[in-house]
Amino acid sequence: MVEFAGWDMPVEYSGLTQEHLAVRSAAGIFDVSHMGEIEIAGSDALAAVQAIFCNDAGKLQPGDAQYSAILTEAHTFVDDVLVYRLRSDHFLVVVNAANVVKDYNWIAERLTSFGDAVAMDATSRYALIAVQGPAAQGIVQPLTGVDLTSLNYYSFAHGEIANVRGTVSRTGYTGEDGFEIFVPPQQADRVWQALLTSGQPAGLIPCGLGARDTLRLEAAMRLYGNDIDETTTVWEAGLEWILSGSRRAKKEAPQRKLVGFELVDPGIARHGYDVYVAGSATGKVTSGTQTPTLKKSIGMTYLPTANASIGAEFEVDIRGRRARARVVPLPFYKRSR
Amino acid sequence: MSYPANLKYTKDHEWIDISGDRGKVGITDYAQKQLGDVVFVDLPAVGTRLTQGQSFGTIESVKAVSELYSPVSGEVVEVNDALKSKPEQVNADPHGSWLIAVKLTNAGEAGGLLDAAKYEALVK
Repeated sequence: MVEFAGWDMPVEYSGLTQEHLAVRSAAGIFDVSHMGEIEIAGSDALAAVQAIFCNDAGKLQPGDAQYSAILTEAHTFVDDVLVYRLRSDHFLVVVNAANVVKDYNWIAERLTSFGDAVAMDATSRYALIAVQGPAAQGIVQPLTGVDLTSLNYYSFAHGEIANVRGTVSRTGYTGEDGFEIFVPPQQADRVWQALLTSGQPAGLIPCGLGARDTLRLEAAMRLYGNDIDETTTVWEAGLEWILSGSRRAKKEAPQRKLVGFELVDPGIARHGYDVYVAGSATGKVTSGTQTPTLKKSIGMTYLPTANASIGAEFEVDIRGRRARARVVPLPFYKRSR
Repeated sequence: MSYPANLKYTKDHEWIDISGDRGKVGITDYAQKQLGDVVFVDLPAVGTRLTQGQSFGTIESVKAVSELYSPVSGEVVEVNDALKSKPEQVNADPHGSWLIAVKLTNAGEAGGLLDAAKYEALVK
């Protein structure tokens, strides 16, 4: 177990590699109740959400979710989030555990300039269980009246799951098909057990933070605090696609870019290791691991744009030894559909 | 898994199999379980001189990287290069997968190491 943003969380249950491979080939179940939830409601909620988050929430129908972010004036990340439109005037924002207080204060401060819009930190009202992997639909469907075949990627629906009222969302942080299920914390254990039982024949196993990190990295999903933070811009991070149309009008050619890399030499380039281009320090590895699916050492780092093209080589200092690395396209892993 | 009685153990979770003035060194079952799937071992060159407790290399899993500490003082006389291509052997057979062989320079040090019963009590 490790302490994570005030939560006690398992790094692994049966073993990181086994858990990772289960999600790629069958399914895994994750307790991600540490994620924060902030609700914004009122007749001016849409205008407020449009002003505070960078993606275009106007495109969302009730039942749609969207990857978005809170950006500073300099277009760096206060947080990256998922915005759910519950009703036309009611939004649920899922935020990173470590940022709940910061985000809530940021939102509350800005809401004062909107007429009818209030924010509530609803983190303690939701437990969040993720079922991820190609077998996920077959595992969740028998337990819910929500028709999962008609639930599109980045859509959600309310209904009962294992006789508990909740919300099923076709989203995730693994690069696989799957669901994130919001239920009241008091009943979370029951839902977890029901899913585990339903999924066992299909190969579902519980997965910890370790596998969550290797899975999301293979899918090149950014991790707040590692790959993006208040010092990295949306353009540097390669996330300009989450800018709404009006925000996209301003284009900026970044001096550095977040790239994916593979190590050419043996070793694992871990988070925080120094990166060198032609002998000069350029930054640090933001995320890095040995990938259980691809059996390669992969990672991400910010490189000067001039040195960031696919195939470009640089070096990572692995505990005093310089290991060669090569820029490769992102994501490292893409599921076949 | 039980801890073989013919091995001596350290609090840093290495074992040594001493025979005459030589000892083969590996990591314990407890250590491999803590690490999870081993993906790299970094070992010293033959001829490297070690003092007791000195780091002689690293062992790395997806989860973490861990230093290896020599149970005794001596000179590295052999390195198990087969582990470089098959590091998962350390997980499969921790007490059979030696990393280095050392020629002991101070035989008295072995007396200070833990026997199997004491080590087992330590990791319980």
